[in-house]
Amino acid sequence: MTNSRSPANRTPEIGSFFPRDRNWHPPAFTPAYKTSVLRSPQRPLLSLDNTLSELTGPVFGQSILGELDNDLIHNFAGPGESAIGSRILVYGRLLDERGIGVAGALLEVWQANAGGRYRHKKETYRAPLDPNFGGCGRAITGEDGSYCFRTIQPGPYPWPNGPNDWRPAHIHFSIFGHGFAQRLITQMYFEGDPMIWRCPIVRTINDRRAIEGLTAALDMEATIPMDARAYKFDIVLRGRRSTLFENRIEGN
Amino acid sequence: MVQALGRLKESASQTAGPYVHIGLTPNFAGISGVYECDLGTAMVNDKTRGERIRVNIRVIDGAGSPLNDALVEIWQADAAGIYNSPSDLRGSADPNFTGWGRLPTDMTTGECLFETIKPGRVPFFDGRKMAPHLTVWIVARGINIGLHTRMYFGDEETANAEDPVLMRIEQKERVSTLVAPRDGDIYKFDIHLQGINETVFFDI
Ligand SMILES: [Fe+2]
Repeated sequence: MTNSRSPANRTPEIGSFFPRDRNWHPPAFTPAYKTSVLRSPQRPLLSLDNTLSELTGPVFGQSILGELDNDLIHNFAGPGESAIGSRILVYGRLLDERGIGVAGALLEVWQANAGGRYRHKKETYRAPLDPNFGGCGRAITGEDGSYCFRTIQPGPYPWPNGPNDWRPAHIHFSIFGHGFAQRLITQMYFEGDPMIWRCPIVRTINDRRAIEGLTAALDMEATIPMDARAYKFDIVLRGRRSTLFENRIEGN
Repeated sequence: MVQALGRLKESASQTAGPYVHIGLTPNFAGISGVYECDLGTAMVNDKTRGERIRVNIRVIDGAGSPLNDALVEIWQADAAGIYNSPSDLRGSADPNFTGWGRLPTDMTTGECLFETIKPGRVPFFDGRKMAPHLTVWIVARGINIGLHTRMYFGDEETANAEDPVLMRIEQKERVSTLVAPRDGDIYKFDIHLQGINETVFFDI
């Protein structure tokens, strides 16, 4: 991170971010997702315009990345081995609410294996571990906000909430933008999965369109023949005000 | 009809869940060999300028139990009050200080301990100086959207008293939920998700 400056030809933007639409995001208190009951703040949030503390944020250079970081099929596998499962590419663009690509942003992903099992000590599902699958990957977006991962399609899994709740197949995404106010964690779902609409975590979101916005589309034009199918997943971060007219505040 | 603004909607948040460590701190989760080290564990090195401090953070639920599966990130200015970010146009930050840290809370004690430096003061958008502070962001199972808050320093009474953000808090008794008391070189910051001591969280 010591060499974290963006390429010299990219002028950083410093306008404040559009406010979050809190009706679009899930509320904190969602009793059908039981763990939220004791973990949801109850007082109103303090609303505030962005200060430098939120307009700025860490930026990571390509130097942190290893060659296989965005290849979950191989990044944990033994020599000559690969993870078991339906091979897919997950690709798309990181955009902001203005539709502008967000360049140089770190994306981190994690997921269960093809059987729906996580490599984690708190995991209790009986599906087996895959010795060649770790479940994490990361990438940094290109100049137009584009990114790509190679992985296997994760399986659905049961979880302790209701008597018989199962998560739809999903990939967790953690996203840094250019300012810390854009920090976001979300999940990607797969087109056509009947488990999506039954899931209490998905249903913490009230607006159907917001759920559809987390559902990746199968893209048969982007497949690799005899190797992998492709899912396209665009991610949108908060937009920021463009400085059309300079409004310099005295003292800055 | 009028022209469409053509704006997109921000992707909706979803919980980080119980397995967040796999993605964000895989070495902590026992997944070694994929990344050399977990990002955000080292904020300082031998050459970092400023006063060395440690910050002990716990996140406490509505039943009074510390979360043993949370993930905490902090973001702060360097000792001179400059952020190590391309978006800070006021100057170059200390190259030996990242400004950003990330730790999981301990699976037994629920604590995490950041080794960092005390930040300098940063201007508010109207030019007044804010008191030294850390931006704190918390995700965990059961938290549907990451929680933003701030930690201020207990030994900065004067600066805290004139901080434009703290002054915005209507219920003055709640200001103390953002101020961490100092004990030696450790500041102890307990974040209460609920209850009479509920921490002030920000929509920012
Ligand atoms: Fe999951």
